[in-house]
Amino acid sequence: MLTKRIIPCLDIKNGRTVKGVSFDNLRDAGDPVELAARYSEHGADELTLLDITATLEARATFVQVVEEVAAAISIPFTVGGGISSEQQVELLLSAGADKVSVNTAALLDPGLITRLSNAFGNQCVVVAIDAKLQQGRWEVVSHAGTRPTGLPAIGWARQCCDLGAGEILLTSFTADGTRGGFSLDITGEVARGVSIPVVASGGAGSPAHFFDVFTLAGADAALAAGIFHYGMVSIGQVKAYLKKYGVGVR
Amino acid sequence: MNEIIRIVDYRAGNIASVINALGRLGGSASLASRPAELAGARKLIFPGVGHARPAMEALMASGMHKAIREFTGPVLGICLGMQLMAGQSEEGETPGLHIFDQPIRRFGPSLKVPHMGWNNVFDLKGPLFAGIPENTHFYFVHSYYMPISADTTANCHYGLQFAAAATSGNHFGVQFHPEKSGEAGMQLLKNFIGL
Repeated sequence: MLTKRIIPCLDIKNGRTVKGVSFDNLRDAGDPVELAARYSEHGADELTLLDITATLEARATFVQVVEEVAAAISIPFTVGGGISSEQQVELLLSAGADKVSVNTAALLDPGLITRLSNAFGNQCVVVAIDAKLQQGRWEVVSHAGTRPTGLPAIGWARQCCDLGAGEILLTSFTADGTRGGFSLDITGEVARGVSIPVVASGGAGSPAHFFDVFTLAGADAALAAGIFHYGMVSIGQVKAYLKKYGVGVR
Repeated sequence: MNEIIRIVDYRAGNIASVINALGRLGGSASLASRPAELAGARKLIFPGVGHARPAMEALMASGMHKAIREFTGPVLGICLGMQLMAGQSEEGETPGLHIFDQPIRRFGPSLKVPHMGWNNVFDLKGPLFAGIPENTHFYFVHSYYMPISADTTANCHYGLQFAAAATSGNHFGVQFHPEKSGEAGMQLLKNFIGL
């Protein structure tokens, strides 16, 4: 049986991971390569590396991080953050990334999804959708959640799928950072509404939240950052809980 | 293990991953994009992701399609590499190398495709799976599959049962990505290197 995936997310700024990390025995908590290797050992099914810098120098550093992570781990990983062209994608894939995620650039130019899918295969094209609950409806927001787009999240998700996306990374900006659980309603709507895998993100605070997003919302994978970085819950604990309640994990 | 391993280079991705994985096993390999570059090679790895048609066209343009079929040492086709060694693919009605006498089909519309993630493989046979227990999870990313046949050496289930691995003489194919499948994948690559 295809198992549900648990995906820790590392935010990278100037070649270093940001957000607090409280693992024992880490020599350098800011080193993305060491952290990636540690998560891989702890049973992560994939990783996501997010470049949260915007300068050109930092971009070059990020590519180097991607190369080093690719050499260090033998599980798949997605990279994202400010990706807007085929050239960038080619560089990141040849540095060893398995998938790339596009967000704002795809909203500005939906044809980018199709071009990337045709050039590199849809298996490596993830569209990241940031959704926010606005007056009772889930709307897509862009530019790191700062700008409303007016697009309904489910409509944009279906369009991404039709344009050739291979996966949707759906982040609830309403739940993000609350640790109160994933947004099950919109995640369920998107997971049922598209024919490609959906990764849920935003709101993870306990193993039960993962159980809910897999069983009630039908997500194919779930991504979290804070709870893993701060050591509140380990990947092993999440997987043990899921296994105990009958959800297939690796 | 050294320069005797060649990796077929036809611009169809994930070559860096394969080189990295061999590196972690303490070895190396060089790339071959033309048949002449296979001189002296004892083993061949044929990776691939992406669309079947441009991949096959690139192989036919360089003559590598014939070289892969005629190679006498162990050949390991990974993902699209395995599918291109089969019969015609429903992906772009692309002809294959016919090393495995099976067509390549698309997963049905009721399933989410790509089949993406870790799935267990079973009914394991042959030297590639030495030391790998039944129902070990490997990482898959694909929208097309090879049906079960006499060549099948590992099964997997996603909506239906399909070939996770196949062998025909010196040609081996795996639908999953051993280079992305953690320790089990490394064991499989080690087994291939040791053939």
